[in-house]
Amino acid sequence: MTTTLVPRWLLVPAALGTLFVGLPIVAMALSVDWSSFGSLVTTEASTDALLLSLRTAAVSTLLCLILGIPLAVVLARATGTAATLLRSLVLVPLVIPPVVGGIALLQAFGRRGLLGSTLDVLGLQVAFSTTAVVIAQTFVAMPFLVLSLEGALRTAGTRYEDVSATLGAGPTTTFRRVTIPLALPGLISGSILAFARCLGEFGATITFAGSLQGTTRTLPLEIYLQREGDPRAAVALSLVLVAVAVLVIGLTRARRDSLAGGAP
Amino acid sequence: MTGEPHALHVDLTVDDRDVALDLTVGQGETVALLGPNGAGKSTVLGAVAGLLRPDRGSIRLGDRALFDAATRTWVPPHERRIALLAQDARLFPHLSALDNVAFGPRSQGTPRRDATTVATRWLEEVGMTAYARRRPRELSGGQAQKVAIARALATEPAVLLVDEPLSALDVESAPDVRDLLRRVTHDRTTLVVTHDVLDAALLADRVAVLHAGRVVEEGETSRVLSRPTSDFGARFAGLNLVRGVASDGDLRMPDGRLLHGIAETALDDGAPAAAVVAPSAVSVHLDTPHGSPRNSLNATVTDLEPHGQLVRVRTDLLSADITPPAVADLGLARGSRVVLSVKATEVHLHPA
Repeated sequence: MTTTLVPRWLLVPAALGTLFVGLPIVAMALSVDWSSFGSLVTTEASTDALLLSLRTAAVSTLLCLILGIPLAVVLARATGTAATLLRSLVLVPLVIPPVVGGIALLQAFGRRGLLGSTLDVLGLQVAFSTTAVVIAQTFVAMPFLVLSLEGALRTAGTRYEDVSATLGAGPTTTFRRVTIPLALPGLISGSILAFARCLGEFGATITFAGSLQGTTRTLPLEIYLQREGDPRAAVALSLVLVAVAVLVIGLTRARRDSLAGGAP
Repeated sequence: MTGEPHALHVDLTVDDRDVALDLTVGQGETVALLGPNGAGKSTVLGAVAGLLRPDRGSIRLGDRALFDAATRTWVPPHERRIALLAQDARLFPHLSALDNVAFGPRSQGTPRRDATTVATRWLEEVGMTAYARRRPRELSGGQAQKVAIARALATEPAVLLVDEPLSALDVESAPDVRDLLRRVTHDRTTLVVTHDVLDAALLADRVAVLHAGRVVEEGETSRVLSRPTSDFGARFAGLNLVRGVASDGDLRMPDGRLLHGIAETALDDGAPAAAVVAPSAVSVHLDTPHGSPRNSLNATVTDLEPHGQLVRVRTDLLSADITPPAVADLGLARGSRVVLSVKATEVHLHPA
């Protein structure tokens, strides 16, 4: 327990902040029609959307890891103007509206986009496919992973990597056995954030991938659609999404605590 | 040189740290680079280990160039076979003591089982077998440093670099680790950097005194620590060094006064010379003492500081170590006018 004194007046806005975040969730949980909850969330459209969301979010998180880990390492260890520019570029998806991200993706990978004709020749139709959902999610979620991992790498510094090198370990061995294990807490929290962001992705997905049941209609899209037709179903599905998010955070938190033995 | 494949030849310049030095560590020899913080000691180690690239010069291990600015040779750290022991043990926090020690052999391609055997043997060597399964955070500073020593040696390095190995340890564990270092560096090419004269005295065959990035004095440990020729060497050895010119077998100081002493080698009249005096040989009086001391010199106290059980009285001329009761008796304070006396037999003169 910390003994640092918090100014007492801070507690008031802090309590307000908690209420502000907690109240809508509670309100939603209270408004759920529990008698029909089961049937509402198990319709074909709902289960399709949920499974599609889980599947695409998992693949997207994996892609974020494959592309984001090297990017974070480069950013954490590079200095100079180029690195600063690269860092700003990587953060762009974080600060632009997701819809704009979707438009940008269309211009790049859409049929009339920059790479569209090339992809066409290869027989690949990206836009309005499940692949497009994954691309959209990866696009918006990767900065979360990169930022979180880069921070962890910077905090860890190069002291242990230097030791590893003087012990005869080449760069790849050092990366695998020292760099990544030491940055693991950051990597895990970055992955959670990225997965959660993928799960919640809406704007870029609907713009770039459209809303086809079973193909591109993820849970957030389904919820938005149901909101028009059956608000009770929208609320029930929203609660499912909250539950999935809480579950993921809980599971990874537990895993991280068991790993914390390795952290300095 | 081919006869000494593990001899280390360092000749390097690092401009932005203002370090330029030329140093050789013979095969099996331990050299201490002695200098205050900020003198550039760690820069030298970083360059030899390959963590920092000098601007000019070369670093050789036997006949093999590890770095040569002229031919643009650069061997990366993991191919140098040079192990570095840092101030803090820097054990990998996510690995057990045993896995830390096995890390080097494993990284060099030794199969896991053999690496574990090697690591077990080294842990035994440093007396840490009982702690093999412990994580670094469960070890004390001294224990961690012993594991770090085992980890460095398990790679069978050609050269061992040691950076202030005891500075982060408490008084109880330092002697233990120093003993271990003394044992393992005995037949090994070792470069130790330290600001602690005790480390140098106990570990090193030779000492190089570093000041502002340059070696100002170099020689056998016992010689440098008993007959320093540089101000910095004298400061580290805890000795007084007075410079002047030889005058009829004595030393004429810049202010014209004479310091009587014993010359170990004949001094040419008028040649630059220096006198070395141990502070314990200097006594402090308020008036010119009666009796035999040939050197009675007026001086002004500039500082008083604790020095072990004694008080070191610094003056504008020589420092003296006297007991606290003596300080009280004499009523010493900064600015006190005193007379220092020292026997001529305690003043060692040598050419400077």
